[in-house]
Amino acid sequence: MTLRVTRRQFFKLGAAGMATSSLAMMGFAPDSAVASIRHFKLTGAKITRSNCTYCSVGCGVLLYSRGDAAINNVDNIYHVEGDPDHPVSRGSLCPKGAGLLDYIQSESRLRYPEVREPGSNEWKRISWDEALDRIARLMKDDRDANFEVRDSVGDTVNRWTTTGMLAASASSNETAYCTQKIVRSLGMVVLDNQARV
Amino acid sequence: MRGSQVNQQDIIARSATKVPSPQVRSGNVERVTKLIDVTRCIGCKACQVACSEWNDLRDEVGECVGVYDNPLDLTPDSWQVMRFNEFEDEQGNLEWLIRKDNCMHCADPGCLAACPAPGAIVQYANGIVDFNSEHCIGCGYCVTGCPFDVPRISEVDGKSYKCTLCSDRVFNGLEPACVKSCPTGSIMFGTREDMLDLADTRTDFLKSRGHENAGIYNPEGVDGTHVIYVLKHADRPQLYNDLPENPSISPMVSTWKGVAKPLASAAIGLAALTGFFHYVAAGPNEHGEEDEQAVRDDEAREREREHSQREEQP
Repeated sequence: MTLRVTRRQFFKLGAAGMATSSLAMMGFAPDSAVASIRHFKLTGAKITRSNCTYCSVGCGVLLYSRGDAAINNVDNIYHVEGDPDHPVSRGSLCPKGAGLLDYIQSESRLRYPEVREPGSNEWKRISWDEALDRIARLMKDDRDANFEVRDSVGDTVNRWTTTGMLAASASSNETAYCTQKIVRSLGMVVLDNQARV
Repeated sequence: MRGSQVNQQDIIARSATKVPSPQVRSGNVERVTKLIDVTRCIGCKACQVACSEWNDLRDEVGECVGVYDNPLDLTPDSWQVMRFNEFEDEQGNLEWLIRKDNCMHCADPGCLAACPAPGAIVQYANGIVDFNSEHCIGCGYCVTGCPFDVPRISEVDGKSYKCTLCSDRVFNGLEPACVKSCPTGSIMFGTREDMLDLADTRTDFLKSRGHENAGIYNPEGVDGTHVIYVLKHADRPQLYNDLPENPSISPMVSTWKGVAKPLASAAIGLAALTGFFHYVAAGPNEHGEEDEQAVRDDEAREREREHSQREEQP
C-alpha cells in the first residue's frame, strides 16, 4: 500500500524535520557516547620466546598465542613482536621479522614432509616415519658406497664427501654444537648453515 | 610513563562537543612523543610492517613504479609510508633523504577542529590524537583540516583512518609498534621532555659532524607536534617530500567553525521565526471548497481502484 500524505501533512513533516535538525545543529543534540580506544589485543595471551628463522642474525621474537595450552584447545599464534630481553636484537626486528605472523600463517607454508622422486616433477606427501626412514636408508647406503678411509697417497682421512648437510639458522649454541658433532662423527665434510643466506 | 596513560577521563579535547572534556586529571599525565631521527633511518620499512601487523591492516599488494615508496601514498590501510627523496647538495653529492610519514599528533590538531561528528576525534592528555571510527561520519573534513594531509577515507566503510600512535599499546604501558621494531634506533619514544632532550643531543652531534643546518622539526604553527623529526636540513624541511615549513590549520576550518556556523544557525533560526510570525499574522493558507472537493474526489477514485484490484486478485 502506498503511504498517503496530504499536502498539509507534507508541510508539517518538513517543518518538524527542519526544527529538530536546527535544534541539533545549535547544540541541543543528545550527548555522544564516550570515546573508546581499541582493546589491547595481547591481554591473557600465552607468550613463547623464540628465534626468527630468516637469517643468521637470529633476532629474538615473542610469539603471542591464543589459548593457555589446556587439553581442549589448539593454540594459535596471532601476534609476533621482538623480544626486548634478547641480547642480539633487544626487541627490534627487520621488515621480514616484523612480518613473521604472515609467514607463520602463510597458505604456502610447508606443513608436512614431502618427497619428489628422481625423474618426477611432483611433490608427494609422506609421513614423518616414512621420511625419517627414507633419509636414514639413503644416508646409510650412500655412506657405505662412498666412505673413504684412506686417500690416494695412503693417509687416513675417514671422510664422506658425497652427502652434505644444511643446518638451521635459529639454533642455540648447544644445538649447533650437537649438529656439528653428529655430522662430523659420520665423516661428513660438507656442512653449511642456512644462516649464510 | 608506564600504564594507565589513557582512559576515558584523560580525554582533553573531543570533536564537535561544546561541553568541556575532563581536564583535572591531566595534571600528572606526562605527554608522550615519538622522535624520528631521519639521519639514522636506512629505509628498511620494518616500522611499516610492524604497523600493519599490530593494527591488523593488510593493504593490497601494489605494483612497482620505479621508486622505493611502497605504497606510493598513505591509504586507509597504510597508516605510515616511507618517503624516499633524492637530493643533490651544493657540492654535487647525492643524498638519499628518507622520511617516515605518518600522523604528527599535533598539540593543536586541525582534524579535531574541523570534525563535525561529536567524539569522532579525541585528544588524550598524553598528547595522542585518536580517531574513534565508531562515531565517524566520513565527511572528510579532517582531511581538509590536517596541515600534513594524513587522514584517508576508506572506500569500504566510508570512515576516516590514520595512525593512532598505537594508543592501545601506550595505554597498556608499551611503546608504539613502529618504535619497537626499528633496528637502527631511528625511531625513539618517551616523554616529551626526554625526546626533546634526545633530539637536542642528536642535533648537537650532527652539527659537530659538520651538518650545520641540522635541527628539530617541531612546528609552532600547530603548537608543536607529538611526533618530531631530527632533520639534517632543518632549514629546508620541504626537501623531505614537501614537509611544510610553517604548517597551520587551514583558514577554511576557522571560517567554517568560527564565522560561517553561527551565521548559518542564525539564518535558519530567522527563517523559522519568520515562518512562525507569518503564521501568526497571516494564518494558515486557506483552500477554496473546490480544491477540497477535488482532493476528496481524487481519494475516492484511488480507494475504488485499490478495492477493485483486491477483488481481482483472489
